[in-house]
Amino acid sequence: MTRRSLVRILPLTPATLLLLLFLAGPIAYCAYIAFTDLQLTGQAHESFIGFDNFRTAFGDEAFLNAVWLTLVFTVVSALLGQNTLGLALAALMQRASKPVRTLTGAIVITAWVLPEVVAGFLLYAFFRKEGTLNAILDWLHLPTQNWLFTLPILAVSFANVWRGTAFSMLVYSAALNEIPKEITEAAEVDGAGGWCRLWHITLPMIRRSIATNLMLITLQTLSVFGLIWVMTRGGPSGKSQTLPLFMYEEAFQKSMIGYGTAVALLLLLVGGLFSMIYVRLLRTEV
Amino acid sequence: MPPTSRRTPTTSRTTHRLAADAGLLVAATAFLLPLAWVLLSALDPDANLKVKVPDSLTLDNFDAILKPDITFTPLLNSLLLCGGGTALTVACAALAAYPLSRFRSRLNRPFLLTILFATSLPITAIMVPVYALFVRVNLIDTLQGTIFFFAASQLPFAIWLMKNFMDGVPKELEEAAWTDGASSLQSLIRIVLPLMGPGLAVVTVFSFVMMWGNFFVPFMLLLTPDQMPAAVSINEFFGNRGMVAYGQLAAFSVVYSTPVILLYVLVARRLGGGFALGGAVKG
Repeated sequence: MTRRSLVRILPLTPATLLLLLFLAGPIAYCAYIAFTDLQLTGQAHESFIGFDNFRTAFGDEAFLNAVWLTLVFTVVSALLGQNTLGLALAALMQRASKPVRTLTGAIVITAWVLPEVVAGFLLYAFFRKEGTLNAILDWLHLPTQNWLFTLPILAVSFANVWRGTAFSMLVYSAALNEIPKEITEAAEVDGAGGWCRLWHITLPMIRRSIATNLMLITLQTLSVFGLIWVMTRGGPSGKSQTLPLFMYEEAFQKSMIGYGTAVALLLLLVGGLFSMIYVRLLRTEV
Repeated sequence: MPPTSRRTPTTSRTTHRLAADAGLLVAATAFLLPLAWVLLSALDPDANLKVKVPDSLTLDNFDAILKPDITFTPLLNSLLLCGGGTALTVACAALAAYPLSRFRSRLNRPFLLTILFATSLPITAIMVPVYALFVRVNLIDTLQGTIFFFAASQLPFAIWLMKNFMDGVPKELEEAAWTDGASSLQSLIRIVLPLMGPGLAVVTVFSFVMMWGNFFVPFMLLLTPDQMPAAVSINEFFGNRGMVAYGQLAAFSVVYSTPVILLYVLVARRLGGGFALGGAVKG
């Protein structure tokens, strides 16, 4: 390499060093620790135990439960909740009057900008036995229940919808704004109804945004920790324990760092796979 | 054309608008309920878990929490942690984005693809090994260690955004500066960065907001209570202090959340609505 091109890539060094030391380093360390029996305390040296951690995991009821709950949480809160609601809000915003649009946007985005833990507390208060949801149900003469105990995974999923929908809404608003007016108007003149236009024109035209959005919200939802931690701590008895909470409990409450890391590695692999698909989607734009 | 068919599109458009307005208002109300709880409870002398209009308004809840150990120290810690992390992120991202945006090189594409890949990795998943690693290299429970990790976790997205904003600054101005003998660093600081003010603001605010709201990273990497940022210390309102004072918890939530909301509004206004970020994320 010539001296000139060396000087040119010099500004990349601080960022590259940080990324190597504090991001790539831990990932490599993760891949190593996952194959050891490292514990939190009282151990001089961890030893290499091959695939034992993974074998334990797939025979562990609690792990399989966490995988299942992570799947439910992701499908309900991200794919069904945030994605559909975000698209619906963005579509309604195209037609609504300006004050209503601005007001709704501000409220939904505030829920998104709030710190994760604060969002957790607000939704905790909302779903508690003495909370707002039950007060409303009571007022409507509908049966109430202790949501955080009977249906904790549903409560935290709704919490994630509340917190995350703004992202999908913003992505879809940007996408819908790019559809030329003439196309939808032409379809309208040809007598295409609302659903027909949505299905045959709007959705195909924003399909890249849909794919990107689904990828990103899935990845965001896979790493939700604070929200669930504040609302339920993963309980009661593991009924809202998704993989990040399971990993945390194994590593710190049960001191099994090696086992917790093995679970973390699996989560990372799933995330990496989704990430790869996402990069392929955007590859042409680099 | 008969009058009916001329009127129909207009009427149906008005009906559509009203229906859309109604739909949005229903959604807005649902989203508003939890937010209303925190605002009303913060001013309520005997707040509980329901949304209710207080019988009387009071600032006692704020009085009770605006003390050094409960609010000021955690907020100062948050500021040091997130301010330091953001400064490091923005500086490194601006430096890295410059060659990526300005010079053609065979390294650019693989570098950018790796960055894009890293933007969407679930950082939560690596926190357990990061903890173990930090114990080993004596960075656990240190402010600088946490700042470095924050910066590294935010950098991929910051570089990606920064490079896209930098691409929007025309190259001609710098070429003039180069012929006058300015170095790359000089033209970056004197010409490019001032011209991409809004973009720089977006990257800075976005990084800061993400760090300010992050709970898991400081929760794992810091141990001493005195060092804890507000994101972690807020949990003290539960458990440790006995019965939960919901009014005070709400007041603290308001104080802790206000800075990021103000910052967001500031950037969103400069960019004409909050939609620029959505567009930027879309790629």
